[in-house]
Amino acid sequence: MPAKTPLLTTIDLHKVYGSGDTAVHALRGVNLTLFEGEFVAVMGASGSGKSTFMSLLGALDRPSRGECWLLGIDIARLTRDQRALFRRHYLGFVFQSFNLLSRMTALENVELPLIYRGESRRVRREKAAMTLDLVGLGDRLGHTPAQLSGGQQQRVAIARALVTEPDLILADEPTGNLDSARSAEVMELLVKLQHHRKLSIVMVTHERDMAAYTHRVIWFSDGVVERDGPAAEVLK
Amino acid sequence: MNPATTFVMAAQAILRHKLRAALTALGVVIGVASVIGMVHIGQSAKESVRSQISSLGDNLLMVRPGAGPRGPGGARANAAPFELEDSAAIAAQVDGLTVAPVVNHGALVVWGNVNWPTAVTGTTVEFFEVRQWKLERGRLFEEQEVRSAAPVCVLGATVYNKLFGGGRESIGDTIRVGNVSCQVIGVLTSKQSSMGSDPDDVVVMPLRTVQRRLSGSTDVGMLYLTAPSHQPTASVKKQIEEILRERRRIKPGDDDDFSVMSMDEIAQRVEGTTDTMTALLGSIAAVSLLVGGIGIMNIMLVSVTERTREIGIRMAIGARGREVLTQFLMESIILSTLGGIIGIGLGLGGFAIAADSLGMPFVLIPEIVVFAFFFSAVVGVVFGYVPARKAARLDPMEALRHE
Ligand SMILES: Nc1ncnc2c1ncn2[C@@H]1O[C@H](COP(=O)(O)OP(=O)(O)OP(=O)(O)O)[C@@H](O)[C@H]1O
Ligand SMILES: [Mg+2]
Repeated sequence: MPAKTPLLTTIDLHKVYGSGDTAVHALRGVNLTLFEGEFVAVMGASGSGKSTFMSLLGALDRPSRGECWLLGIDIARLTRDQRALFRRHYLGFVFQSFNLLSRMTALENVELPLIYRGESRRVRREKAAMTLDLVGLGDRLGHTPAQLSGGQQQRVAIARALVTEPDLILADEPTGNLDSARSAEVMELLVKLQHHRKLSIVMVTHERDMAAYTHRVIWFSDGVVERDGPAAEVLK
Repeated sequence: MNPATTFVMAAQAILRHKLRAALTALGVVIGVASVIGMVHIGQSAKESVRSQISSLGDNLLMVRPGAGPRGPGGARANAAPFELEDSAAIAAQVDGLTVAPVVNHGALVVWGNVNWPTAVTGTTVEFFEVRQWKLERGRLFEEQEVRSAAPVCVLGATVYNKLFGGGRESIGDTIRVGNVSCQVIGVLTSKQSSMGSDPDDVVVMPLRTVQRRLSGSTDVGMLYLTAPSHQPTASVKKQIEEILRERRRIKPGDDDDFSVMSMDEIAQRVEGTTDTMTALLGSIAAVSLLVGGIGIMNIMLVSVTERTREIGIRMAIGARGREVLTQFLMESIILSTLGGIIGIGLGLGGFAIAADSLGMPFVLIPEIVVFAFFFSAVVGVVFGYVPARKAARLDPMEALRHE
């Protein structure tokens, strides 16, 4: 591997939901560095704080304490609007439940992030069609999510995350709703894209099979990182 | 994101939910249609009254027993009617004045086996000149016939058509008016109709004939006068008032028990009434527009809840609060403005039908149309704001988790 450039550094990241008696301490001091071009799996028991961690990396939420440096910016200190702009320009999301807009075609769904980036209609069409082609759905542009299989829907969602060429893609259990054959297809697609485009991907998964596709596994336990290392090692 | 893109995005969102969009806009459609319809009908009524009154002539005066429009309501009922001598005295004392005493009496007219209930006007020869009623055929009655209470009559166009079916010659035929046999001597030209009441539905007979044979009293109901055009109506009016006060023995300081009205005053009074009606109907309609606005807010609020997940997705992708706000606001503005445009169409259509069936002029008021258009857009902004703000303030994480 070539020399590693840090992409993201978290310093003593804490997240507490609620307050008083009902407070839930979801993250209890996470210190991590991720590098450019890394494909990382986040694993751990249910409730260990994986999704919470992702929402902080994704600038969807603010930590209760700590810093989260991404592309030279501490996103913990951004305002609501600044976080929205940060997501718009640097991040891409893939969700377990696909989260496509059901009344829009695949093409329109993939165009959506480009609209917020102020791209012209022509550029949007071109890029969205190209990206859908890249995920193998070049012949399904006009289909709505209801007319697509789960695996195809998730590939549309991947195209949507990819179309803005983000610096980091965050995927929370992208194969969670798919059967094993479909899951393998999606993982192979992610690996291929990651490799060809030097993408940085952080993916939450419960399945060792899926984690095995990645370079590095970070194991969460009760709000802290318990293990962190090359996939082959951690999964042993 | 530029406004054009926001517009396109909002328009697409509307097209994806056509039924919901239609229901959202419905309230505004009804509201705007009723405002447009009501205000136009009111204005048109005013217009037709105005043209009708001005067609009577500017120098026409009407004298009625009872206090004027501003007097106490009960006065008219108690006031004594006029007599023929009042009319003669005014004619004699005011220079250049033409006076027509009138008594009105409802009666059934019969010819062969045809009946028609109508209004009989008993008057003098001057009447036709004062009211500017023209003869179509035959002749008017004469001085001598008024004096001798001759059983002759001049038919309004409607009465003539009803009795003789239009085509038949009628001059010289004898018809029955109430229980008086009466010879038809003339037919009047048709006059411009006015708001449902038909000025041609009338039979004109000599005053004495009506008094003796139909009403059975020497009372005179009212006087029509034309002031000479070189004299201001106000001064003529004053002279008439003095003469009548003296004749009716009203003590100085007491109120008149009769009223002299010029066409100006009548016009003002009627316009005042139609203005009040227009304002009343207009405000009822405005309330329905308000209800329409609340309807928009209601459905938009439901729609925001329904679309919480969509909002979450848009925010995750990078939409800021303000972009979500403008999208929803734009949707509500488009819906209410479209509702406004459809409402304007329906309102004008309804007004055209109403104007046609009531015989009123179709007068378009561009100001109110433009106003309704912008007002409906404003309704969209005002009532769309709360739901749009609710959408904009959603937390992206919570919105994404929403089922
Ligand atoms: N919005 C919230 N409000 C309160 N508590 C929350 C909230 N989100 C998460 N939690 C709590 O924080 C803890 C960590 O949750 P998180 O969703 O990060 O777990 P996870 O590792 O993603 O679990 P899973 O594998 O089941 O998805 C849990 O105890 C959860 O109940
Ligand atoms: Mg989770």
